[in-house]
Amino acid sequence: MRARRECLACREKKVMIPLNHYLLLSAFLFSCGVLGVVVRRNAIIVFMSIELMLNAVNLSLVAFGQFLGDATGQMLVFFVMVVAAAEAAVGLAIIISLFRNKQTVNIDELNILKW
Amino acid sequence: MQSYIPIFLMIGVSAFLGIVFLVLQRFLGPHRPNPEKLSTYESGMPPVKSARERFSVKYYMVAVLFILFDIEVIFLYPWAVNFRALGLFGYVEMILFILILLVGYLYILKKGALQWD
Amino acid sequence: MEFFSPTDLLGSSPILALGLFSLIALLVNAFLKNSAGMVFYVSAVGIFVAIGCSIYTFPMNATAFSDMLLVGGYASFFSVLFLVIALFSMFIAKPYLEREQYHYGEYYVLILLATIGMVMLASSADLITAFLGIEMMSVSFYVLAGYFRGKLSSNESALKYFLLGAFATGFLLYGIALIYGTTGTTNLLRIVTMYPQPFNDPLHIIGWGLILIGFGFKVAAVPFHMWVPDVYEGAPTPVTAFMSTGGKAAAFSVFLMTFSVPMSMRDERLMTVLAVLAAASMLLGNWFGLSQTNLKRMLAYSSIAHAGYMIIGIASATPMGQQGIAFYLVSYALTNLGAFGIIAMMEKENGGNLNYEDYAGLGKRKPALAALLAMFMFSLTGIPPFAGFIGKYYLFASAVQSHMTWLAIFGVITSLFSTYYYLRIIVYMYFKEATNHEEIKLPGLTFATVILCGAGIVLFGIVPSLIFDLMKSIF
Repeated sequence: MRARRECLACREKKVMIPLNHYLLLSAFLFSCGVLGVVVRRNAIIVFMSIELMLNAVNLSLVAFGQFLGDATGQMLVFFVMVVAAAEAAVGLAIIISLFRNKQTVNIDELNILKW
Repeated sequence: MQSYIPIFLMIGVSAFLGIVFLVLQRFLGPHRPNPEKLSTYESGMPPVKSARERFSVKYYMVAVLFILFDIEVIFLYPWAVNFRALGLFGYVEMILFILILLVGYLYILKKGALQWD
Repeated sequence: MEFFSPTDLLGSSPILALGLFSLIALLVNAFLKNSAGMVFYVSAVGIFVAIGCSIYTFPMNATAFSDMLLVGGYASFFSVLFLVIALFSMFIAKPYLEREQYHYGEYYVLILLATIGMVMLASSADLITAFLGIEMMSVSFYVLAGYFRGKLSSNESALKYFLLGAFATGFLLYGIALIYGTTGTTNLLRIVTMYPQPFNDPLHIIGWGLILIGFGFKVAAVPFHMWVPDVYEGAPTPVTAFMSTGGKAAAFSVFLMTFSVPMSMRDERLMTVLAVLAAASMLLGNWFGLSQTNLKRMLAYSSIAHAGYMIIGIASATPMGQQGIAFYLVSYALTNLGAFGIIAMMEKENGGNLNYEDYAGLGKRKPALAALLAMFMFSLTGIPPFAGFIGKYYLFASAVQSHMTWLAIFGVITSLFSTYYYLRIIVYMYFKEATNHEEIKLPGLTFATVILCGAGIVLFGIVPSLIFDLMKSIF
């Protein structure tokens, strides 16, 4: 409760970082993630880029939640983190089973099915 | 931009101090190496071989399971913060949640995912 | 403080029942040896219970858990559809997996988990539940696509599906974040009441655009379709049957529900974007379908084209279009389940017997099977008296109603393209001599399911009012 009151005080003094900065950073990180997915060929790195996209969105959600004074955003972040963990587990398992059969994780070498 | 000046000052000062100490110990400190001192963990276990090689796939299994159960704990935080407000309802809810996790745990236990050999 | 009421529990009873039975199935699978058959029965019982709950809640028309979930009506209609799809795909899967020596209980548990996601999608009145539902469904699908873990094609299809699916999720989520930021809520029912004010905010429009990308991936619309052929071809056939019907139907149910919010503005730009998406899907899906030799791949391209037809219903944003989508989903699900059921029966080890030539002379070798497959192809083409025709008619009519006659004409022309590759299989079956004289085994369970699907498309094709009467109370 005390932290909250202090924060309200700092909002009055206008030393708070404006919402736009968070959003720009989040958009930048998201673009980095998209670029990584498009450019990189190693399945694990592509997957890491996807995680970066999700976390960029988390930043937006937390910033929005804070500025709207509403907890929905933060709550959604929890769900996103859990879903990302589930995806990570499944994704790594898929990558391992592919590696066992093919000894590579380069997505350009996945050519049994026409891409 | 005004408000960032203290941060930039801080970064500048800490970087400067770090460099100063690194350079100073080079010139001031005694320099008498021996094999024991140069080993990776001076007072730890002697390394068996290089760490830069492939790990057994068994580690991944444990790591993947760890990620899952580790992250689920995140739901305990908001519950713990509002424990009093949520009362019995929240308690029962959380027990159900843990029970569902327990079913998953029993499954991996029975399937032998945690057996090393 | 009241956290929940009995209505909440009753309203979410299909989800709860499925969840409970999936946990029981998982435990049975863990503690009993060779329990795949047992897990099959437990899962089937779970689905029947959930169907019962859905039908029971049908007249309720309420919301549960502070407007997070829809109850009854729309949600029940689609839930029953998904549950029937899940059940049928299990019937197709059991003999297939036994033959392939891959019969494990986990398969059915995963089907149940995916179905929970689908039911959640159909009932979502909030972007958070929509996100959770889509993830629950997709994560189960990733695993199912890679279910043949010793087969490289299955691994490959799972990895492609996973990477592109997770990529799409990122866009969907970013869209949700922007909508939340510009309206202060993620609840669809509340966002609608704020209109038209947030619609002037460019961030809000970008948010809907990003959500459109996410849904475009999930329903397999051009230009977000590149995963479809590979995933459908590489995944085990019963899984493809489930993904292409259940996955698509669930994605469309949430697409329709979510986009009814911005479409309520009847904004020209948004309608045009959706119409172009529909046109591109119909054109490219049918165009690439022409040159395929593998039946699973052909049906994948046909699935892209059908996504295009259904997007017409969303673009037109009329009750007729929405009813058209719902009807089309029912007919498409039955048709595709039937077609994939036949493919699963015909398939030989290691993906053999999947090409057009392998079906040569089937009309003489197995007349009943050939007749059923011919019926499914007629329904996909949209030839009366099968259900596919009625669905297409409603969708095209809704386009005309919304002054997008060009879209309807485009749809008819691309349907004409598609006759070539749908009817080609019939030519092979009836007018070519058989080259392959191996015995074809027809497992009773799969065959019965295929016959049920065939009966369904004839019934709904002749008496479409069976479904349209239900829908009058929904839309």
